[in-house]
Amino acid sequence: MVKGVDDLNSLHLDVLREIGNIGAGNAVTALAKLLNRKVDMDVPMVKIFKFNELSETFGGAELPVVGILLKVSGDLTGYIMYILERDAASTLVNMLMGRPLYEMSEFSEMDISALKEIGNILTGSYLSALSGLTNLKIVSSFPDLAIDMAGAILSVPAIEFGKVGDTVLYIETQFVEGEKKVVGDFFLVPDYDTYDILMKALGVIG
Amino acid sequence: MDNIIKVGMADLRSSRHPCRLTTLGLGSCVGIALYDPGRKVVGLAHIMLPSSQQARNNSNIAKFADTATYKLVEDMVSLGAVKSHIVAKLAGGAQMFSFNDTSEMLRIGARNVTASKEILKQLNIPILAEDTGGNYGRTIEIDSASGKLLIKTIGHGTEVI
Repeated sequence: MVKGVDDLNSLHLDVLREIGNIGAGNAVTALAKLLNRKVDMDVPMVKIFKFNELSETFGGAELPVVGILLKVSGDLTGYIMYILERDAASTLVNMLMGRPLYEMSEFSEMDISALKEIGNILTGSYLSALSGLTNLKIVSSFPDLAIDMAGAILSVPAIEFGKVGDTVLYIETQFVEGEKKVVGDFFLVPDYDTYDILMKALGVIG
Repeated sequence: MDNIIKVGMADLRSSRHPCRLTTLGLGSCVGIALYDPGRKVVGLAHIMLPSSQQARNNSNIAKFADTATYKLVEDMVSLGAVKSHIVAKLAGGAQMFSFNDTSEMLRIGARNVTASKEILKQLNIPILAEDTGGNYGRTIEIDSASGKLLIKTIGHGTEVI
């Protein structure tokens, strides 16, 4: 039985990478439609880190980031989180609002709603890929958003991973629009048997 | 004396004077800062979960409020601290996402704070000050000279407790 990330082998990781690929592919298409322009994507990377290394990989625990969290229910339960740097979030919102990409300002109410919607679309695309591959029914909630230090936002998924192991798994995606790169990370935050259900549904384990 | 020691997530450190122990970006996790003012020995734990008892995998003792606090006190005593002189300050335990939902996951910050207080009470360690709860992250730093705990946030100011 796959209890936590620590139990995943290279085959499992390949499967997760492929889910990330298809999910992010869907997300890019959705994002391009939303932004009404061409968006490219790099191959997503599955990343696994120990808790004490986690925030360093994000450019420091105090780096301001935007986290968008949705509750997942149905055959698979848990949470899904999309995290991106505050500056990258600003770029995305500027694209959506048709403002100059490099403009930085405080997010307005409208910007926050737009970011939630982007989070909704990206995580929704990811989950529908997951659902399509596994035939599992997966429903996500309305998104909630927080802007704070990377360490503080990451503590939310990290704690859930912490219940079953000592490592965190996430899928890093990079969207490229023109010269701007938007790096964002998906965390499929597991309930205790999420990865087990997932691997069984995919026929990777019996 | 700029001897700054970083404490990561699910990690604990202790040291003699002079030094500063810091942990960055506490969210729902709790920073348990201990200090013996006489011997000037400091300790800091960055815990993620309330109890090792309920965990399936409890090999990392720095991850839990109970095991981390016991270990931290032990380490400080081995550095010369007197157990009965140790005092505590707490920070963190925020709820980062509001969600109209009372699920266990989202209340974990409050549960971490409660568990930390219970353990300190069991060990007869008084809590001199705390800055816990809320919905924002904190970076904390304890100074071995004074035992003062500096707390920094994004958009919620800086304070010393």
